[in-house]
Amino acid sequence: MQALDFVTAPNLALVVLALAVIGYIIGRVRAVAASKGDPSSLHSRPGYHAAFVFIWTGLPALVVLAAWVVLQPFYVEPKGYEVFPKSVMESTTQPADLKMDVVKSIAKALEDFSPEQREKLVLGFRDIESALDRAGVAVAEIDQSYMPRAAQVIFETRQSLKPIMAAVVLGLAVIGFIFSIAVVSRRMRARNRVETAVRGMLIIASSIAILTTFGIVFALIFDTIRFFSVVPFQDFLFGLTWDPTFQGADEEGHSVDSRGFGFVPLIFGTVYISFIALLVAVPIGLFSAIYMAEFATPRFRSIAKPVLEVLAGVPTIVYGFFALVTVGPALAEFFTNTLGLEAQGRSVLTAGIVMGIMIIPFVSSLSDDIITAVPQSLRDASLGLGATKAETVRIVLLPAALPGIMAAVLLAASRAIGETMIVVLAAGATAQITANPLEAMTTITVTIVNLLKADTDFTSPQALSAYALGITLFVVTLVMNVYALRIVRKYREQYE
Amino acid sequence: MTDMTTTAAAAAAPATDPNAVGYKMTARNVDVYYGETRAIKDVSIDILDRTVTAFIGPSGCGKSTFLRCLNRMNDTIDICRVTGEIKLDGGDIYDRSVDPVQLRARVGMVFQKPNPFPKSIYDNVAYGPRIHGLTRNKADLDEIIEMSLRRAAMWDEVKDRLDEPGTGLSGGQQQRLCIARAIATSPEVLLMDEPASALDPIATSKIEELIDELRQNFSIVIVTHSMQQAARVSQKTAFFHLGNLVEFDDTSKIFTNPSEERTQDYISGRFG
Repeated sequence: MQALDFVTAPNLALVVLALAVIGYIIGRVRAVAASKGDPSSLHSRPGYHAAFVFIWTGLPALVVLAAWVVLQPFYVEPKGYEVFPKSVMESTTQPADLKMDVVKSIAKALEDFSPEQREKLVLGFRDIESALDRAGVAVAEIDQSYMPRAAQVIFETRQSLKPIMAAVVLGLAVIGFIFSIAVVSRRMRARNRVETAVRGMLIIASSIAILTTFGIVFALIFDTIRFFSVVPFQDFLFGLTWDPTFQGADEEGHSVDSRGFGFVPLIFGTVYISFIALLVAVPIGLFSAIYMAEFATPRFRSIAKPVLEVLAGVPTIVYGFFALVTVGPALAEFFTNTLGLEAQGRSVLTAGIVMGIMIIPFVSSLSDDIITAVPQSLRDASLGLGATKAETVRIVLLPAALPGIMAAVLLAASRAIGETMIVVLAAGATAQITANPLEAMTTITVTIVNLLKADTDFTSPQALSAYALGITLFVVTLVMNVYALRIVRKYREQYE
Repeated sequence: MTDMTTTAAAAAAPATDPNAVGYKMTARNVDVYYGETRAIKDVSIDILDRTVTAFIGPSGCGKSTFLRCLNRMNDTIDICRVTGEIKLDGGDIYDRSVDPVQLRARVGMVFQKPNPFPKSIYDNVAYGPRIHGLTRNKADLDEIIEMSLRRAAMWDEVKDRLDEPGTGLSGGQQQRLCIARAIATSPEVLLMDEPASALDPIATSKIEELIDELRQNFSIVIVTHSMQQAARVSQKTAFFHLGNLVEFDDTSKIFTNPSEERTQDYISGRFG
């Protein structure tokens, strides 16, 4: 049993890595020896031979180990479920997988227990309650009737798999070690093989980001489909009222009035606030980009550009705070006292203006890069014909840079649409459709926050609607980004 | 014919033309500095009207820099400083009262790489007339466009596709479009900075023919790397070396019987 306690995935990984490091050193030494004092006689330099041994020793073993860790639950958990009573398996109110989480935490605790303690658990766990508590198991949730037995089953299955896992992983490492050291020779093309392996790793690294995108869609799509099985698609898409009632849901969560799930007020609020934000950000951002790209001295530009970009790094909660405490009251004061209009601190206008300030750097920095990228030859041509700098900017540079500027604006817009914190604090949470920018309004993102922070159970239509909103938001911003990037690419080709 | 403006020139003038052709531009004791570096050293030269003047010399000799002084394109470079005197029709172009923008309308420029705007052929040629307000109505403008394109010997090639982008033309056509664009503002002097160096031999010969024809109406200054080209198109040749104007004379004399040894070495291919 002592030996089995040592066999854990991290420990195995460490042993494999240690072996790989030893392999690295031996590989290097052997490569140097094979050169017989003439380094140029080796096809690959000793470092490549060393890396070759390192990769062959470490990589296959670690990949198998990682796969094992990921796949093991699919073998172990069914064995645990076999012990579960039928009533638990079929319950709809409390899913069996929540019970399994408790069982697994007991099984985990068992690994640290002495054989006597394990004995006691199966008989009745009262005596070792404190020991379980120390191990982080929520003792109150343990159902005596089947959980200890299920935990025991899972524990034993895991223990029985350990020697096999150790044998496979260490075996692979040792085989790789011996093989790769044996093939070290003058002619061996270690460099090419190491480069192939490195290329593979680079491909994996770059595909992780892509896979994550698919993962997000995958995670949202099932709950979205469940939502649309409760609330009809057209009621969601075209409904003019957002007022999900939180009382109506029964045990099954199916009797909610679907008319309260109208999506239109939310998208209206989102678009309206983003529109005001762009109204602020596009002129300011574009003019500052023109100034920095064409008129400012290099000295001014080298200072002003990074400072402007700092705006993009300010946490959005700080902007929200700024909106709530400073801009909101100031605007309300101005409209109420000076213009005699009815106004409050939380309004579309407050959120829009502050959000506009936040996205200025997105517009200005990208536009600046794009205007600067217009070839100098076009500026020369225009100036050489006797045009002024302003004419050159207006007639030649801006039209040439327009597609890129459009892309910058689209990226800024998708940023504005996805923005949450500013709106939470500055725009209120009233879902309504009105053209008055002094009214409070809400957006998709704020609604998602409110739905999910309410800590209801995640199967109610209210919670499910958050997924539908999330995927809508995701699709809208994805389309805008893809479109923006396509414009940028087309524009780049024009000059190359 | 433009009025004769020989002014203070005669004494320092490297050579004088016996023909009754006037001086269009005169430069006296011109120095150009890039920061601390002296790129042009004490250059004096006379550019004749209705004549092609070629600037030759090895790379980095300052011929392009000097060319860009003639329409103050060097003003767009912050660290560049010009001293001395350059006159156009007797008026100092570096005088405080002169607006470089107006000067460049009188002294047009064609660049080494064809650089049409990403606009239609028509808009490319119309650019100068429009910004300078040279025309009163569309018919006037159409006329200028046609005349400019005809002078650039490309009217027949493009008359049916004036609304297609200028960037879609071939390299040689693009360069002739740039020449048409430059002459549409009716300049008096046309500066050309290696106008054929990015073109193939056939396109080059078309440009050279064009330059020869344009000589009827303009004073042309051309910078070139190719000595054969200078010999073919120019009547006057100036040889620059290390920022100095080594020799300036009739093209036929420079290429057959130069008075300076450095010129002889350069044209016979001994260096550069």
